[in-house]
Amino acid sequence: MNSLLNVIFTTDFAFSLLRVTTPILFAALGALISNRAGIINIGMEGIMLVSALAGVIVSASTQSAWVGLLGAVLSGTLIAGILAFFTLKFKTHIILGGVAINMFASGGTVFILYLLSGDKGSSTSLASKVLPSVDIPLLKDIPVLGPILSGHHILTYLSILAVFVVYYLLNRTPLGLRIRSVGENPHAAQSVGVSVVKIQYTALLLSGFFASLGGAYMSMGYLSLFTRDMIAGRGWIAIAAESMGRSTTVGTALTSLLFGAADALSNALQVLKIPAELIATLPYVATVIGLIIYAVSETRKKNRKLKAPLTK
Amino acid sequence: MQTALLEMRGITKVYPNGVVANKDVHFSLREGEIHAIAGENGAGKSTLMKIMFGMEEPSDGEIVIKGEKVKLQSPQDAIDRGIGMVHQHFMLVPSFTVAENMVLGMEPRKGVGINYAEAVRMTEETARKYNLAVNPKAKVEDLTVGMKQKVEILKALLRGAKILILDEPTAVLTPQETEELFRELKQLREQGHTIVFISHKLKEVKAICDRITIMRGGGSEGVFETRDVSEQEISRLMVGRDVVLKYDKDQMAYGKPVLTVDQLEVNDPQGKALLSKISFSVRQGQIVGIAGVEGNGQTQLIEALTGGLHGVSSSGTVQVNGTDIREADILGIRKLGVSYIPEDRMRQGSAGEASISDNLISTRYRSKDMNKGVFLNGSRIASLAASLVEEFRVRCSGPAQPIGMLSGGNMQKVVVARECSTGPQLLIAEQPTRGVDIGAAQFIHQKLLELRSENCAVLLVSADLNEILEISDTLLVMYEGQIVAYFEEPSKVSEEELGLYMLGINRQDERQTGRAINHV
Repeated sequence: MNSLLNVIFTTDFAFSLLRVTTPILFAALGALISNRAGIINIGMEGIMLVSALAGVIVSASTQSAWVGLLGAVLSGTLIAGILAFFTLKFKTHIILGGVAINMFASGGTVFILYLLSGDKGSSTSLASKVLPSVDIPLLKDIPVLGPILSGHHILTYLSILAVFVVYYLLNRTPLGLRIRSVGENPHAAQSVGVSVVKIQYTALLLSGFFASLGGAYMSMGYLSLFTRDMIAGRGWIAIAAESMGRSTTVGTALTSLLFGAADALSNALQVLKIPAELIATLPYVATVIGLIIYAVSETRKKNRKLKAPLTK
Repeated sequence: MQTALLEMRGITKVYPNGVVANKDVHFSLREGEIHAIAGENGAGKSTLMKIMFGMEEPSDGEIVIKGEKVKLQSPQDAIDRGIGMVHQHFMLVPSFTVAENMVLGMEPRKGVGINYAEAVRMTEETARKYNLAVNPKAKVEDLTVGMKQKVEILKALLRGAKILILDEPTAVLTPQETEELFRELKQLREQGHTIVFISHKLKEVKAICDRITIMRGGGSEGVFETRDVSEQEISRLMVGRDVVLKYDKDQMAYGKPVLTVDQLEVNDPQGKALLSKISFSVRQGQIVGIAGVEGNGQTQLIEALTGGLHGVSSSGTVQVNGTDIREADILGIRKLGVSYIPEDRMRQGSAGEASISDNLISTRYRSKDMNKGVFLNGSRIASLAASLVEEFRVRCSGPAQPIGMLSGGNMQKVVVARECSTGPQLLIAEQPTRGVDIGAAQFIHQKLLELRSENCAVLLVSADLNEILEISDTLLVMYEGQIVAYFEEPSKVSEEELGLYMLGINRQDERQTGRAINHV
């Protein structure tokens, strides 16, 4: 037990918490935007995977990490655009579209990886670039806080910034107001001339944009290469985080952190004598428990509402 | 001779499924008038309004605004031309504030964000200008229906609407709110606005409108100065026959009691009495009517009779043919031969996207008749649906049509057909003709009377006095969760007298109301 506490209450653990939360947070913010527009993008996992590979390929061929990031973001947003096109133009069911994207990404990335590197497992033979980490002057010299908050990957800082940006976008801008109105009462939005389809396009593209930042982080920060199915369920965890966060920006950020903690814990606990396979299930167990708690509280709320007519 | 502000000429609308909603309709609007469009449900009023507001494009015909031919392809086109619409189902976002709803789609900006202070100011300014008080910072979900409607009107005015279309605006309002709305509409007329008022309530049309266009069966029956036509004439033009709510009722010899409610008390979780000392019975071949101003316990009473008492604290007995149903679930109650026509046909009475025939068998798909082995018996279901559609004169393209595509009256006929055709012992009818046209209402009344002559017990809860006085054999009045009056011959009770009991001014003693259970 002592050794467990020794593992958790260290600056290393707090540092790694932020490190592993980053991809989940990005994707959860993306899921939040599309959900608020009334359209559930379950293709997060696939979008992240594609952008992770695209980042590696583009950065390897241009030898620039920044161009690689651009490539990752463009390709992820493009995938979201394709999903939007099929869903909004051809009225494909969004869940089917999302499933298709996830399956396409899982197989397609391996296929492309093999074409380019001759390897089906990882991109070790590609000389891809990694985005920099940043030491924050002054902050880095403060004891405890310094080692926790300074020296992170640039996308980790960006993900924290993104929380504020998304909050502002949803709650303070015309686009945010329209996104929320479309999600809550599309007829109301339409009746005042807001184009529901246009808003949902925008929301899906934005969800793809944020998911691809998470994907890029995975292959150009968290790791320095692409490996097969490297997203490992983070896209799904993000969707869970979004709904457990009750579709609010702050709630989504906090639950992302919670799932990040489970992830970080499973990493940290590997030094202890607990089977690694068991520990690796921790984030997923946390997800399941989280969703159960969420579902139970929602059902209770609904039941109370159902009873309401008799009690009013 | 005034020139028309807006004119619709030869409007025809054929939906892709072949339904002709409008045929060769002419409509002309003068500036500064309140113009009623009256017609039965399904007469094409709503479609005509949707065309005027750019929500539907006409298959044929033209729209002329101030002498200029226009094409309205979206609500935005209509808004740009000064047309605003107040929909029957409000187009508001519940979690937004009033101000946010007001500016949605035309948000004032400050940098990249919304200028909320300006939105509040715009709301207040519009509210002041038109004398429609609202609180810009209140959340819409917390507002009363009347307030929501005000927000809708303001929304249209803020967008520069000179022509306001109101789709059955009084359907959801209390009498007081209706009066207030009328005052507001007259005021808007004085300020130079033109109002299109869609309604099938003749009294209201007479009370507020300058002219009236009457629609029937998708076409226009003509336009009249309201003061020149009587309610009877309007009604004849709307339905093509004189509507007199008079039915030939045989004197029935009542049988044994089917529904017996004795000393029923229901409290809410805070301990407030919702129903107290409710005692009455309904016998075979008897229609017991329950009148009352809405919100005086009728809803709770119906819930208590239809499975809503499950898990709620209550005392007393509720029996159907001697079986206590207070703890029974809905299926159990139905198995005792109870049918129920709910007030809300959209949410409770039917499944909108399911077909007419699926809706018809939804209470009996378990029965042997409807099954063949593990499968449903398709041909049996089809023939049942076809015969019910014909018997109940449901206007539709066929039993396979989704029920949600029907007009309100026809939808209600399907619900009534389902509930009446299972040979019920007891029928609970809650506002069975609310919002349906006069023709359908008459038809439904006939069906209730037919059931009565088949010895079914009928409990009719209605706010429509005309209906309840004419149909019921025995009448109860509810006020604040209690039965305050019992009448044996409702047709001899005047509306004025009834009103005194409904408003709680008069109240009979317990010896008189106590007769409701034994009828002696």
